[in-house]
Amino acid sequence: MREQNPKERIKNFKEVPYGYTKEEAIAEAARCLQCKTSPCVKGCPVEINIPKFILAIKEERFKDAIKIIKETNNLPAVCGRVCPQEDQCEKVCVLAKAGKPINIGSLERFAADWGMKNKNFEGKKNISANNNAARVAVIGSGPAGLTCASDLARKGCKVTIFEALHKPGGVLTYGIPEFRLPKDIVLDEVLSIAESGVEMKYNYIIGKIKTIEGLRKEGYKAFFIASGAGLPHFMNIPGENLNGVYSANEFLTRVNLMKAYKFPEYDTPINVGKKVAVVGAGNVAMDSARSALRLGAEKVYVVYRRTEQEMPARIDEIHHTQEEGIEFHLLTSPIKIIGNSDGDVKKIVCLKNKLGKPDPSGRRRPVRIDGSEFEMEMDTVIIAIGNGPNPVLLETVDGLKLNRRGNIEADEKTCKTSLKDVFAGGDIVTGAATVIAAMGAGKNAARSIDNFLQR
Amino acid sequence: MHKIVRKEQLNKEICLVEFEAQDLASVCAPGQFVVLRIDEQGERFPLTLYDWDTKKGTATVVCQAVGVSTKKLCALNKGDAILDVAGPLGHATNTKNIGKVICIGGGVGTAEAYPIAKGMGKNGNDVTVIIGARSKDIVICEKEIREFCNKVYITTDDGTYGQKGFVTDVLKGLLEKDAPDLVFAIGPAIMMKKVAEMTKEKNIKTLVSLNSIMIDGTGMCGGCRVISGGKVKFACVDGPEFDAHQVDFDDLVQRGKRYNKKEKEALKRYNKTCRIGLDEGNTK
Repeated sequence: MREQNPKERIKNFKEVPYGYTKEEAIAEAARCLQCKTSPCVKGCPVEINIPKFILAIKEERFKDAIKIIKETNNLPAVCGRVCPQEDQCEKVCVLAKAGKPINIGSLERFAADWGMKNKNFEGKKNISANNNAARVAVIGSGPAGLTCASDLARKGCKVTIFEALHKPGGVLTYGIPEFRLPKDIVLDEVLSIAESGVEMKYNYIIGKIKTIEGLRKEGYKAFFIASGAGLPHFMNIPGENLNGVYSANEFLTRVNLMKAYKFPEYDTPINVGKKVAVVGAGNVAMDSARSALRLGAEKVYVVYRRTEQEMPARIDEIHHTQEEGIEFHLLTSPIKIIGNSDGDVKKIVCLKNKLGKPDPSGRRRPVRIDGSEFEMEMDTVIIAIGNGPNPVLLETVDGLKLNRRGNIEADEKTCKTSLKDVFAGGDIVTGAATVIAAMGAGKNAARSIDNFLQR
Repeated sequence: MHKIVRKEQLNKEICLVEFEAQDLASVCAPGQFVVLRIDEQGERFPLTLYDWDTKKGTATVVCQAVGVSTKKLCALNKGDAILDVAGPLGHATNTKNIGKVICIGGGVGTAEAYPIAKGMGKNGNDVTVIIGARSKDIVICEKEIREFCNKVYITTDDGTYGQKGFVTDVLKGLLEKDAPDLVFAIGPAIMMKKVAEMTKEKNIKTLVSLNSIMIDGTGMCGGCRVISGGKVKFACVDGPEFDAHQVDFDDLVQRGKRYNKKEKEALKRYNKTCRIGLDEGNTK
């Protein structure tokens, strides 16, 4: 797909890939073999009827294409952009064997963007829950919560989403940067869910302003906890409280949710400096590194303890990051951050690793090499090594079983928890995962909540 | 949107703002805070809850206009609205079964000490309050505190009101007479540090409330991290109250400065745009 030139794009926050033109989309769709077995559908966590929508694009029936996608996916413009297709639908595409799978993600994006530009294609939505419908509380308006709420609304439930922040979307809004996922697209898809009869409450922190128990008394019959990733992990190395050390959560929230890249037009500041190190190699790390570059950093490094093979980020993102001139320090672990007399970051001290035996995740474990210490001058260090559970809600729900990592223990298929009216899914159950996995959980939850309410 | 129902200027820089917040007002407790955002371009910033009225469905904060966000809030009037209010956040202060307690408020911190002292007084504890300010004309909340407390000491740096000196001067005298069960201090970091040093010597339990820079206030960003007992804690979800003898105040002061340069830049711009507004108003 055509993209903004790396030299240009590092100076702006505009989206990197341009998206297919009509002609390009039709040509790509025409490559699809329309296989009877359609392995791609099984590769999709929300089971989009992929061959059917691709056929619609090929035949220039774009309205049908987006309708087919929306039967199972409420956030297609988002998924087309941020799903790790190479590990899902495209991985199992028959053409992948020959090295060139159908670019399903880009086709999904094309159909979704067409739908957005041609708003009236759906006609008026007439979904309204009757007054006797069961009330369901969804906690969190990220991908899991939105999907669950939307599916339940379609099934006739009266759904309220409680969002802790002032804007909807969860990680889509505060986490993923504009250049990868434009915020007006997120808002558009979220609003279309709200229009389907879901009530949205912002700045509403369940566990603080109200508890699950309080909501039960107000008449809510079922709960879906999709509160997302929680407290950012730090490395517990000396110097982590120095000024200039950010969690990726803070760095990205300042940039995306609070629009610090438009400071001082927007009030929220951010300090980037000239040299930035991002620790970690997931999507969040790539997003942080690329944001830092766009905020004016001269040199950005990704510091990762294993090799490129083990990086959890999407291939596209790793690729984009490298294209933009971000340098990768692989097999490298920071052990200390050193500050100046004002308490600002001055340099980081790292050790080199070699790969040892595989760990439980199947990835080879990094082993430190003694005496391999080296220093790098640095102004900012962004820690992107994941999150632990957030206690705010969890500590107020009696009887809710947590797993050993402190996340909610919930069944993968049914999202059931130890409490019969409480369901949970997304990052609060799995720890940091993908948007589409969270959406899959939202779908499963909606199904089991509906079953639960029918009983 | 939260409509402002009362606005009072407590001194030149500090104002009181009471706003509608029905659900919030019914669950607030002393020691908790809210995160506000004034307008679409605004920052999210935390303010301690000063008061709340369950019946009226309102909450009140007291705010010192120092940066752009606080200036924006103080520029609002009755009838205006605050865009976003999230809370109540943080753990509530235990105000029960304490015994003899000294509450210390420095500067705008006096308004933050107020709900805690009041809550402790209400629950039958023996409460003494020390208010510290630079000068007489900026002492706040004295009348409100005297309504429930008859042991109020005031210190001013310049001696224009009460005792000349610092809150620690009064505290020293009080500690020599009769050791309290608890000292609670809220104010500038340096004041809290000095109080902590003084009470540590005498081994008197001391709590401080930390108002760190934060974004979400729910533990997600980690910007508010402080060091307590040698460990990193998040002021929003682990606090805002901490054992004063465990807090690394130097770290707190240092981290509080991390946006000073940017804030100055933003303030310059804000003052300039305000001036434009005023000048336009004058010509009309």
